[in-house]
Amino acid sequence: MQKITMTVNGRSVTADVEGRTLLVDYLRETLNLTGTHVGCDTSQCGACTVHVDGMAIKSCTMFVGELDGAEVRTIEDMENKDGSLSALQKAFQDHHGLQCGYCTPGMIMSLSALLRHTPKPTEAQIRHHLEGNICRCTGYANIVKAALAASGQMPSADAFAQ
Amino acid sequence: MHAFDLVSPTTLEDALTALAEEEAQPLAGGQTLIPTLKSRLAAPSKLVSLRAIRDLQGLRVTDDLLCIGAMTTHATVAAQARDIYPALADMAANIGDPAVRNRGTIGGSLANNDPSACYPSAVLASGATIITPQRSIAADEFFQGMFFTDLEEDEIITEVRFPIPVSASYQKFWQPASRFALTGVFVARFADAVRVAVTGASEAGVFRWQDAEAALADEFSPNSVEALARPSEDMIADLHGSGSYRAHLTQVLTARAVAAQLP
Ligand SMILES: Cc1cc2nc3c(=O)[nH]c(=O)nc-3n(C[C@H](O)[C@H](O)[C@H](O)COP(=O)(O)OP(=O)(O)OC[C@H]3O[C@@H](n4cnc5c(N)ncnc54)[C@H](O)[C@@H]3O)c2cc1C
Ligand code: FES
Ligand code: FES
Repeated sequence: MQKITMTVNGRSVTADVEGRTLLVDYLRETLNLTGTHVGCDTSQCGACTVHVDGMAIKSCTMFVGELDGAEVRTIEDMENKDGSLSALQKAFQDHHGLQCGYCTPGMIMSLSALLRHTPKPTEAQIRHHLEGNICRCTGYANIVKAALAASGQMPSADAFAQ
Repeated sequence: MHAFDLVSPTTLEDALTALAEEEAQPLAGGQTLIPTLKSRLAAPSKLVSLRAIRDLQGLRVTDDLLCIGAMTTHATVAAQARDIYPALADMAANIGDPAVRNRGTIGGSLANNDPSACYPSAVLASGATIITPQRSIAADEFFQGMFFTDLEEDEIITEVRFPIPVSASYQKFWQPASRFALTGVFVARFADAVRVAVTGASEAGVFRWQDAEAALADEFSPNSVEALARPSEDMIADLHGSGSYRAHLTQVLTARAVAAQLP
C-alpha cells in the first residue's frame, strides 16, 4: 500500500492505495463519484475522461499512486457554483446532445478541455478532438452542435448533414 | 491485474536503482502498459513510474539537433516542435486521440515498437539517435522487428535526438478503430540524402524503403515513386488489409509525402 495526497474537485484527499488501483476505480468505489463511467476499460471509449492538472486523460488508464500532489477534476465539479448547469452542459440539454447519457460525462470533460484552449473551435476541430470519445446513441451530430452552441457559434446546417 | 509495487522516483539515479531490481519495469504514459497489465500479459513485481523525473521532460535544440526527453508527451511535441520540425509536430498531433496524447510518451512508444505506431517511422526516417544512460543507439540499429528493440533488459531511453531535415512529411492511413496507422510513411529530405521509413506494413516492423530513397535522391518527385516496384516481402496481412493492399498504400503514401514537400 502507498499513501498519496491529491486534490479532487477542490477537496484534499489522502488515499491509501495499492500500486494497481486505477484512478477511475478510486473515484467511483472509494469517493463515490460515480459520474465518471467505465465503458471499455481499455482506453478506447473516453467514458472515463477526467482532468488531471487541467488535462483530459482516461482515468481507466492511470494509477492513483502516480498522482501525489495532482489536481483531479471530475464531472461532479463541472456545474456552476450555484448548482445550475454550465454553458456546455446546458447546450447538451438544449441541443439533445445525449440519449442514454453514458458517454456524456466523458464528452463534457473532453470538450471543456478543448474550449479552454480553443474558445471557438470549428466543426472539424470538434470532431478531431472527439476521436477518443465514443457515443453509441447520438451519431455525434447533436454533440457537435452542442459544442458549437456552447462556444457561442450558430450551428451550421452541415452539422446535421453528417 | 496482478499486484505490484508502484514507485515514483524524482531522479534518474533513483529510477535506475529501482529498475535494477528483479522484475521491475518502467512505466511511462501507461497507454500500452496498463492495458497489457490488465490482460495479464505482463506481471512485473514493481513498476517504476518515470513521470516525476523532470530531466526526462521537454524539448531543446542543440547543435542543429532537436532533443526530446523520453517522458515528453505527444501533446507537448505537437505543441512545441511546430516551429522547429513541423512534420514531427504534425505526426504527434495525429497519434490516437487528445487524452492519449496527454499521456503517451516518445520513450514509451519507441521502447514498445508497435509495428503500427507512428513514432518509429519518424525516428527511422530522421536518422535520429536514441540515448540511454549507457550509450547512444542509431535508429538503424534500434528497431529490431515487431515489439522488439536493441534495448537491453533494464536499459531505459532517456532522450531522442533528431537531425532536422530540410523538409519532411508523414502520411498516415488511419485504421479507424484503433487510431493507429494501417500504414504510415515518413519521408525526410536532407541536403545530402532522402530517407523513407514505413510503419504498419511489414511483419518485420518499421523499415526503410531503400529503392524509394535511391529514386528520390535522383529526382525528388512523386513520379519517381510511382515508377517503382512495390515492396513485397513480409507484408502484414490481417482482417484490415491484405499484404498487397499495404504494399499499394506504401507506394501511394510515399508519393503523397513527397508531393506534400514540393512547392
Ligand atoms: C486508443 C489509443 C490510440 C493510440 N493511437 C496511436 C497512434 O495512432 N499512433 C501511435 O504511434 N501510437 C498510438 N498509441 C500508443 C500511445 O500513443 C503510446 O505511444 C504508447 O501507448 C506507448 O507510450 P506510453 O508512454 O504510454 O508507454 P507505456 O505504456 O507506459 O510503456 C510501454 C512500454 O515501454 C516501456 N517503457 C516506457 N518508457 C520507457 C523508457 N523511457 N525506456 C525504456 N522502456 C520504456 C514500458 O515498460 C512498457 O513496456 C495509441 C494508444 C491508445 C491507447
Ligand atoms: S473506460 Fe476508459 S477509455 Fe473506456
Ligand atoms: S448518449 Fe448513449 S452512448 Fe452517447
